[in-house]
Amino acid sequence: MSSGTEAETGGRQRLWSPVRVSGAVSRLAAAGALIVIFVVLSFVAPSFLTADNLFNLGSQTSVKAVMAVGVTLVIITGGIDLSVGSVAALSGVVGVLLMAEHGLNPLLGVLGGLAVGATAGLVNGLLVSRVGLPPFIATLGMLSVARGVVLITTGAVAVFGAPDSFRVLGQGVLGPVPVPVLLIVFVALAGHVILTRTRLGRYAYVLGSNPEAARLSGVAVSRHITAVYVLSGMFAGLGGMIAASRINSGQPNFGEGLELDVIAAVVIGGASLFGGRGTILGSLIGAFLVAVIRNGAVQLGIGTFYQNVLIGLIIWLAVWWDRYQRRKFNNEETG
Amino acid sequence: MGEFAQVGESEVEPLARLTEVSKRFPGVNAVTEVSLDIFGGEVHVFAGENGAGKSTLMKILAQVDRPTSGRVEVAGAPVTHRGPAEARRLGVAMVHQEFALAPDLTVAENLFIGQEPGGFGWIRRGRERALARELLRRVGLGVRETRAVRSLSTAEQQRVEIAKALAVDARLLILDEPTASLTERESRELFTVLGELTAQGMAVCYISHRLDEIFAIGDRVTVLRDGSVVTTVPVGGMDESALVRSMVGREVDDLYPRTFREPGPVRLEARGLERPGALRHAGLTVRAGEIVGLAGLVGAGRTELARSVFGAEPATAGSIRLDGRPVRIRRPRDAIAAGIGYLTESRKSDGLALQLGVDVNITLGRLPMRGGLIDLRGQRRVAEHYRESLGIRVPRVDRAVSLLSGGNQQKVVLARILRTGAEVLLFDEPGRGMDVAAKSEMFQQLDQLAAEGRAIVLISSYLPELMNMCDRILVLRAGRVVGELEREEYSEQRIVALATGAGGEHEQRD
Ligand SMILES: Nc1ncnc2c1ncn2[C@@H]1O[C@H](COP(=O)(O)OP(=O)(O)OP(=O)(O)O)[C@@H](O)[C@H]1O
Ligand SMILES: [Mg+2]
Repeated sequence: MSSGTEAETGGRQRLWSPVRVSGAVSRLAAAGALIVIFVVLSFVAPSFLTADNLFNLGSQTSVKAVMAVGVTLVIITGGIDLSVGSVAALSGVVGVLLMAEHGLNPLLGVLGGLAVGATAGLVNGLLVSRVGLPPFIATLGMLSVARGVVLITTGAVAVFGAPDSFRVLGQGVLGPVPVPVLLIVFVALAGHVILTRTRLGRYAYVLGSNPEAARLSGVAVSRHITAVYVLSGMFAGLGGMIAASRINSGQPNFGEGLELDVIAAVVIGGASLFGGRGTILGSLIGAFLVAVIRNGAVQLGIGTFYQNVLIGLIIWLAVWWDRYQRRKFNNEETG
Repeated sequence: MGEFAQVGESEVEPLARLTEVSKRFPGVNAVTEVSLDIFGGEVHVFAGENGAGKSTLMKILAQVDRPTSGRVEVAGAPVTHRGPAEARRLGVAMVHQEFALAPDLTVAENLFIGQEPGGFGWIRRGRERALARELLRRVGLGVRETRAVRSLSTAEQQRVEIAKALAVDARLLILDEPTASLTERESRELFTVLGELTAQGMAVCYISHRLDEIFAIGDRVTVLRDGSVVTTVPVGGMDESALVRSMVGREVDDLYPRTFREPGPVRLEARGLERPGALRHAGLTVRAGEIVGLAGLVGAGRTELARSVFGAEPATAGSIRLDGRPVRIRRPRDAIAAGIGYLTESRKSDGLALQLGVDVNITLGRLPMRGGLIDLRGQRRVAEHYRESLGIRVPRVDRAVSLLSGGNQQKVVLARILRTGAEVLLFDEPGRGMDVAAKSEMFQQLDQLAAEGRAIVLISSYLPELMNMCDRILVLRAGRVVGELEREEYSEQRIVALATGAGGEHEQRD
């Protein structure tokens, strides 16, 4: 069969194809917005570009970024995880309790927190994949259940008493680099490798794109769906532990509404809530964008209420821009 | 039809005129400077290889897509490309392969979506139904206008789409591979309807890969190659081999390359498969090196038989043996592990992950792994290999499958199943949407697989395909196998008689 297409149109000579770039467009846009906002803030808010604040910003972002990695996986399968905020609180509280009351060393305490998150994720995953609940419902239930369990265990009072060394997780530095920032890098790399190089990641995209095609290709659908929620729960648990370490306590009210910032980060980063699309790098940029806006607003003395409005606007803008670019690239020759 | 042939260039105003129309996509010239007239009363066939630009050209005519350059005129007035609604106003309607019907609404409601009779927000339902009945009569569809569209067969839904075009007084009707999922009889009925419509002065643009139907209903044929018009001629002025030559640019000497050999031992044996409403004590045996065809009307249980062997919808009773050993297949994964492969009937709904790359789709059944991780280079190599060997037209193998032409998407599905290396292969309408050359190439591959000792099941609604490729043909009706024909017994009449239950052939009952 003849195949003259590329030879005649020069499709092969082109080093980058617009289609490929379109996938990155929203990411580029979000990254551009991030840089602009960063530069502007440096000028208008004198306290913004200080070592202290940047340090703070890095570790603030880390909670959202780490959680966004897990939620990205879920969203790529066409699911959603609304429970990450509550699960983070549960992990933080249980982790601290394990150290304070059962004398676990910090490493085991943190692992305990992750295990709690993973367990909550497992329940989510089984509810979605085996019981057949819609992800929205399954994780909405978990949002409530996990929060309830936190409040019951703590009596709505913060828990303290973790050993000092636990602070390293959220407050430590390795040379000039804050540990939470290292954690972002580590988790993001792990997430990236999972998504691009493992069966789980590949199947996540396929399940999000066409679940029936996945099933007919022999993909173990339930198992992989479950695994994705387990990872999301586990990363939420890690986020919770970082947060607990930063304030050196387990706060029962931590993370209320946090899921919205995390989902916002993922969506701003170019993932599609319909599934099949999304990247770790994009979500990471999204997480930084959200964190910088919140941080910058604080520096400028803008209240949370206005921050919320701002973030909502950015979600609209990001998704509209993404769609606009996509339509353009799909239908028109450019460059 | 037929009388059109004497219409010359100048005497009649064309209904639609394309002037130097081009359409570029990133990396692809889909349509290049096409100039063309379409006249009322003609069936104008568009033919050409997969990816030649047929669908794109028709979408431009129907204003679904905007040309990169060039002019489109309908009835002498330039077209603004404001969208399908505008096209309808001008009297141009297109029936896509995926129907644009609301499955839960009734036939009558579907016919008038967007232009319901009545006013001030009210719908005059009695009038709507009366108008609907008239339209259904014109398209020869004998179903009640109050039926939900969901309950109609593919062929019936297609007829509703055509009726919808009549509802807006379309003068130019575009059909993109309309017979791809119809049986012979349904196709013939469609042709009758199209004949009546053209007799009333309508123009029909008709995309097809089936040579027989091009000659049966076409008045003129335009052959496209790599986006350009090779020729536009009256159908009578060309024979099959000339048509193929102008499409492909070379001879395709053997449409059905098959070498029959003595089959080996039984590889697949399915017995007494039951599935309520779909299969009644159905079964089949396939030997090594054999291609066994499944014939029957749409809904007769051919797909259901294949899918239950594959475990997509497992049988509630019955047994399956592979190479003499009983196997239990409850889901596709079991079948795949046992060495069974299935090429799905409908690539869009359950075959392809459309947003993902050609490479991802091809390797989905068997990921190239290296050190526990996906080998991205290996994946690319595999995809390039199939792009070459099956002639998949795509500038880069990581491009989303949704951007490929229909036939090229089908080749991707084929590549995936070929790659799995399964020993027992179930092909459900594998040639759907492929051009003649690609089909011939595919059948070559099937023959090769058979020669390697694999067992192959071939489902096709196109009898010549089955009769030329298969060692045996099983005929199904209403979920059971009603006949089995050896090669020397093949005849279209016999198969049709068995499939429809006419002709008093003996039924094979148990
Ligand atoms: N949205 C799009 N983006 C990029 N390329 C496209 C797009 N739509 C079509 N193409 C390309 O344009 C070319 C022509 O496609 P078209 O669908 O018109 O082919 P066709 O003649 O209908 O083929 P087939 O017989 O397989 O249906 C193909 O190479 C296809 O990949
Ligand atoms: Mg086409």
